[in-house]
Amino acid sequence: MIKVENLSKHYRIKSGSKQDTAHSYSTLRDSMANGIKSLLSWKNKTASEWEEFWAVRDVSFEVKQGEVVGLIGRNGAGKSTLLKLLSRITEPSSGRITLDGKVGSLLEVGTGFHPELSGRENIFLNGAILGMKRTEIQAKFDEIVDFAGVEKFLETPVKRYSSGMYVRLAFSVAAHLETEILLVDEVLAVGDSQFQKKCLQKMENVSSSGRTVIFVSHNMSTILSLCSRCIFLKNGQLDFDSEPREAVRKYLEEAQPTTHFQRTLQRSGDPTITEGRLQTNEKEGSYQIDIKVTIESDYDIKSCINVSTRDSMAQQVGFSSIGSFNNEEMLDIKKGKNTFCFRMDGSNLAVGSYFLSLSLSITNVRYLDRCEDCFSFDIEKSPRTGTHRVFSQNWGLGSVELPMSKIDQPGTET
Amino acid sequence: MPKIVIEAGHSERQYWKDLWHFRELFYFLAWRDILVRYKQTLIGIAWAVIRPLLTMAILVVVFNKLAKLPSDGTAPYPILVFAAMLPWQFFSTSLSEASNSLVVNSNLISKVYFPRLVVPASAVITSLVDFAISLGLLAGLMVIYQFAPTWKILTLPLFTLLAFLAALGPGLLMTALNVKYRDVRYIIPFIVQIGLYISPVGFSSSIVPEKWRLIYSLNPMVGVIDGFRWAILGGEIYMPGFLVAIGTTIVFLWLGLNYFRKTERTFADVI
Repeated sequence: MIKVENLSKHYRIKSGSKQDTAHSYSTLRDSMANGIKSLLSWKNKTASEWEEFWAVRDVSFEVKQGEVVGLIGRNGAGKSTLLKLLSRITEPSSGRITLDGKVGSLLEVGTGFHPELSGRENIFLNGAILGMKRTEIQAKFDEIVDFAGVEKFLETPVKRYSSGMYVRLAFSVAAHLETEILLVDEVLAVGDSQFQKKCLQKMENVSSSGRTVIFVSHNMSTILSLCSRCIFLKNGQLDFDSEPREAVRKYLEEAQPTTHFQRTLQRSGDPTITEGRLQTNEKEGSYQIDIKVTIESDYDIKSCINVSTRDSMAQQVGFSSIGSFNNEEMLDIKKGKNTFCFRMDGSNLAVGSYFLSLSLSITNVRYLDRCEDCFSFDIEKSPRTGTHRVFSQNWGLGSVELPMSKIDQPGTET
Repeated sequence: MPKIVIEAGHSERQYWKDLWHFRELFYFLAWRDILVRYKQTLIGIAWAVIRPLLTMAILVVVFNKLAKLPSDGTAPYPILVFAAMLPWQFFSTSLSEASNSLVVNSNLISKVYFPRLVVPASAVITSLVDFAISLGLLAGLMVIYQFAPTWKILTLPLFTLLAFLAALGPGLLMTALNVKYRDVRYIIPFIVQIGLYISPVGFSSSIVPEKWRLIYSLNPMVGVIDGFRWAILGGEIYMPGFLVAIGTTIVFLWLGLNYFRKTERTFADVI
């Protein structure tokens, strides 16, 4: 069904300009000037000026019909590039892909949505962009509208939609794409939880209908619940290919405890968490988790910062955010570098290891940046007295201790 | 079941098949652009009426009233100018729309696959709407000036096709360059501006001295405009010049298509 043989993709990046790839648009003026310069000095452009970067290197695998394959890996492991290669958006540098069947790719929801056009018009436009035929869209039109729940607003320009409605409509069109092969990037990550559940159900239907799906996700529980097989990419190479539980375990095992990381600005120039530092302070049994991040951006924007915490078993423990619960608190990110510090209270966490993921997003609209498992730390507590015990992850009862104390009788007074 | 093989430097035959397969997307993109352009803005339509009329009035004043240039045969000067404005405006808007089309649709390019040729081609189609409005204006002018066309007006679609191809060639070249070099878009308004004066829009190409005429015809718009005037006003067409125009149009189309095809595969990487 899908056969990938020795697939590679490399980019040439200007060495020394790694930091600001976002500004590396060449201009005709510059290349003409450079051309003349090199002509005058008889100097060839030396190879050292360019650096090769292998986004995907020598990857081979096969996917049979009806298989749902999860694609996991850290940021920059080549997952998105591999999907882009499979969906023919970019061309491989070498190797070969054979696809047996019609391919649909969902790398983003609402690609090509136009704010001035009405919901109805956007359904047709978006459908056509995803490769549906007009008759096909017409046949599924009611179903799409129903799934999104936007009947009343069909003739309203989508710019007047609430962000939630917008995403629902966009996903709904995508969810009705019927191709034999479906390539899905982490599009489920936006939208409210009820809608996410609905989408997951839809995805399960997709896989049980005998279609082949390749699915990129950072969410290990989604991978475990949806996939029948899992491919783990590491530095552009295929590291592991097995049943999902094994691959997920391997993925989690590799996460090293880190309290500091550095990244570079995204190509798009969207706000990026370029540096982060984590510090835990223990004081009389209470734990403080302090985070300092540097956010770089090419433009001014307001964004939420979200921290999701999971334990060593890949279970989500909790969620913290600045801005998601209250739009007025959203971070005011200015063009250039910004520094922010946050403190989380970790006093109720059980003893064990934790992983934090950071993301910048505008709630229910879009993700600006995501930084998976970028921090990890251990909670260690020792019993305060001889009779005191500390709650630990390996009790298998969860990772958060909900505080409880004795009272005389139920009521408001203490 | 369709079988797709993806390899580095991918096959030519597949491409044209894909292009046919994605024809609906082509209609939809054109439909979107037209809808967006004329939606909610009355000005959108008013602009399509005012602009050609105003340009025509200025050209008539400058070239006829001030410079005292002659018309072709018996044709009223405003009609002579307007007959040329039709293809010129179509050409210039097509060129600018096509050149920006890929950059404007960059989110599509980086997220979905389709033959990229669909985007500039559908952008050119959008300018056909303005063209149709101008055609209506021309009919009005002809009624006012009591100027009846001959059977030759039936050949107008052929010349429109020629104008389309003449715009598509440089348009493809520019759009591909524009993806790679972001300063190309500053050049286009300049080309359009001087193009208005080096093409026989405000005057008849018959005033060009005989010995320069063939060289003058290297500008493909000279042939297109002469064709339009021939179809609308009647009279004679300068045949060698017209053939040269067809030749240069084909050369540009070939160049544009080739360059576009060659750079297309890297669009998603650089956009």
